[in-house]
Amino acid sequence: MQMPPPDRRVLSQKPQLVERLLQVLPADAVIHDPAETRVYECDALTAYTCPPMVAVLPASTQQVSDVLRICHEMAVPVVPRGSGTSLAGGALPTADCVVLSVARMNAVLETDYDSRFIRVEAGRTNLSVTGAVEKAGFFYAPDPSSQLACAIAGNIAMNSGGAHCLKYGVTTNNLMGVTMVLMDGQVVEIGGAHMDAAGLDLLGVICGSEGQLGVVTEATLRILPKPEGARPVLIGFDSSEVAGACVSDIIRAGVLPVAIEFMDRPCIRATEAFAHAGYPDCEALLIVEVEGSAAEIDDQLRRITDIAQRHAPVELRESGSAEESARIWLGRKSAFGAMGQINDYMCLDGTIPVNALSEMLRRIGEMSREFGLDVANVFHAGDGNMHPLILFDANKPGDLEWCEALGAEILKLCVDMGGCLTGEHGVGVEKRDLMLHQFSRADLQAQMAVKDVLDPAWLLNPAKVFPLALSADRMAVPVAAQ
Amino acid sequence: MGATTEAELAERVAEADGPLWIRGGGTQGLCGDGAALEVVGLSGVEVYEPGALTLVTWAGTPLAEIEALLSGEGQRLAFEPMDHRGLSGAGGVPTIGGAVAANVSGPRRVQVGACRDHLLGVRYVDGIGQVIRNGGRVMKNVTGYDLVRLLAGSRGTLGVLSQVALKVLPRAEAEASVLIHGLNMAQAVQAMAAALGSPYEVSGAAFGNVSGERAMALRIEGFGDSVAYRASRLREMMGRFGEVALCDDAARSAAIWKDVRDVAPFHDAPGDVWCLSTRAGQAGDLAARLGARDLLLDWGGARIWALVAPGYDLRARAGAFDGHATLVRADAETMARLGRFHPRPAPLAAIEAGLRARFDPRGIFNPGLMG
Ligand SMILES: Cc1cc2nc3c(=O)[nH]c(=O)nc-3n(C[C@H](O)[C@H](O)[C@H](O)COP(=O)(O)OP(=O)(O)OC[C@H]3O[C@@H](n4cnc5c(N)ncnc54)[C@H](O)[C@@H]3O)c2cc1C
Repeated sequence: MQMPPPDRRVLSQKPQLVERLLQVLPADAVIHDPAETRVYECDALTAYTCPPMVAVLPASTQQVSDVLRICHEMAVPVVPRGSGTSLAGGALPTADCVVLSVARMNAVLETDYDSRFIRVEAGRTNLSVTGAVEKAGFFYAPDPSSQLACAIAGNIAMNSGGAHCLKYGVTTNNLMGVTMVLMDGQVVEIGGAHMDAAGLDLLGVICGSEGQLGVVTEATLRILPKPEGARPVLIGFDSSEVAGACVSDIIRAGVLPVAIEFMDRPCIRATEAFAHAGYPDCEALLIVEVEGSAAEIDDQLRRITDIAQRHAPVELRESGSAEESARIWLGRKSAFGAMGQINDYMCLDGTIPVNALSEMLRRIGEMSREFGLDVANVFHAGDGNMHPLILFDANKPGDLEWCEALGAEILKLCVDMGGCLTGEHGVGVEKRDLMLHQFSRADLQAQMAVKDVLDPAWLLNPAKVFPLALSADRMAVPVAAQ
Repeated sequence: MGATTEAELAERVAEADGPLWIRGGGTQGLCGDGAALEVVGLSGVEVYEPGALTLVTWAGTPLAEIEALLSGEGQRLAFEPMDHRGLSGAGGVPTIGGAVAANVSGPRRVQVGACRDHLLGVRYVDGIGQVIRNGGRVMKNVTGYDLVRLLAGSRGTLGVLSQVALKVLPRAEAEASVLIHGLNMAQAVQAMAAALGSPYEVSGAAFGNVSGERAMALRIEGFGDSVAYRASRLREMMGRFGEVALCDDAARSAAIWKDVRDVAPFHDAPGDVWCLSTRAGQAGDLAARLGARDLLLDWGGARIWALVAPGYDLRARAGAFDGHATLVRADAETMARLGRFHPRPAPLAAIEAGLRARFDPRGIFNPGLMG
């Protein structure tokens, strides 16, 4: 992975920078000893590491503003960080940067059940947002599998999704407002407890901007009343094509499940060995979950199983109790962990149109044989968001590069099928150099123009999202000339 | 001046030597300076995949044409865009591009989100005549910055939409409305909050002159048995607010929500019309101090339609509140004096001006419309 060389001028100013940071932050919030900055050297894309020059842990919007103002004045790049669970290298530092972690900012600021929102500090973890409102019968809908660890800040930056977004949408559909600090230290309020943006929908472009437009310190999130109940059905098939066709038929029939998850045989076998969820040994399985009252659930499951029956399933297991539901979800939820037990793997995240599922799976199978690397598939089938897991051996020289090459080919195919490079993990550094496969130069220039306005010096999380060759001249502009 | 292809549209923009006034169906009755650039010629559905819930269409396509097509497959545009003609008195035919450019969403906003939440991708012509693509046609896409949402609601000031990709949803098999008469404003807001906070998937919550008389109305949609079940639960639950009436005649229920969607009570009523977007829980207090001739609350109170005396400065009367007020209908003098859109805080106005300067460097798109 090519990263711009560290700026020697910036590195040489480290002592002055640390001194100034200590004027606005307590000593335990400024980490500059190389033995300690290592903690921040990577996110969940662990193949790439680089310790930052300094890491800071501000505790308030004011402190974030002070830090950014100083970094702006000294032209020091800043990499915002939530919980560091990005799979795209979104929070990967550069050697000359300050990592700004919002982990200490995790308070609940306000809940309003009549208006159905919660306002939290952005370092709060995703699951603990639901935790704060569930006693009152509400929940926060976007549920990435990493929800125990990941922060709302990272969710907003990546516009994260989850298993239940087929019905409830992703982060952008559940975000009402943010408090954000611009690179020059200015604090702006965008959106709030009302529903529609006044003026341009700035919130829409900030969500998913991968920490490149500002540092989000607070967020107003939509909360929803919990459904009366939910129950999954597990359906096994003897071919992936048939499973794909079944997904399409369910959607066409007017039933809108909250989740339709897909696993193929390699993935079923690995999770079965790991989690013993009692999955059938078949080519492909679907987990379809519906919500409502007991009678509504019965009715929807009946419609779904009727459709599934027409596709000759090898297994059809309707959950009858909370325990059975938990068992059905157990394997799916431990899929990543299971794969990690047996192999090193790289997790892709492309999206394709739902009706291209079976064709895509066939082509992935061909490529997997061509490259001689196994690929297991587990994904959100309802919305076409695929997570092919490429298995490789990190100790074998060249295997990682070979795996990345296969990954790139699969993602390009997603684009060629009418889809995109990333459905929920973000571009980060990982997919940066593939962007020209999906977009024209002009398309990317239009996106970069937004950064020009909000961060004219290109100091926030630079060298991510856009191919370096395209952004190089922007990053080279000295701050004094802005 | 018009265009029937995207290439022509791009050419018109590139050749323009002065301001352009971009027109979809023209149903909002807005007018501004500049040579009219008509988008209605750029019409037709490009891709419709019912099994993938996706529709890709050229921007000038009439909404009615799209709705008929979707209806044939048992689907619909779930964000329920309003027809502005009754309110504006303008002619024309509503287009999908206009709905997206103004982010027009109806009563179902409370359940399924706004127009912008259903938008998967856009193609547009920027201020120097380049065709730009963003988003795509798939449900989940975080590849690069999200200009899709930025363009939705930008009212042509950042680019001329040529094509939009939308998520469509199944049309409900059945619908019913639950009504309570005789509530005052504060009670109605509370009742709507209770209903929207229940697990019964309320897809509309309005208060006003909605069924020929003043009532608080809730809508439930879905499969027949499920609608019957949820309506009965709501009926029980809402009993503490007043006497509950059930309208389970689908056509009558649909008529109520079409009236709410199109703000029908104000169509023939003289006066200016404002639309406020606010925090639902505070709608009662806000609405009470507006000094309006009539009010229609939608989105459980988060949207307030207000009918006021001509020339009345509702923003001054409202004072500070969480949200914003748009002047929707007034004569040209009032519109010029009070401004259509709520003034923006200075830092955001600066960011928006900066974005406009990048997307439309010559400042030719709908100058002055948004700031
Ligand atoms: C096991 C596992 C499962 C996962 N499952 C899912 C899933 O189901 N769905 C999904 O969408 N993702 C998933 N992810 C990816 C990841 O969890 C998400 O991208 C998450 O939103 C990242 O949050 P974070 O707080 O860890 O952010 P980080 O990794 O710390 O940062 C992510 C990005 O956000 C930026 N950022 C962080 N804080 C701020 C801030 N305050 N202001 C501005 N920008 C900021 C960073 O610069 C970086 O670009 C998974 C990851 C793992 C490891």
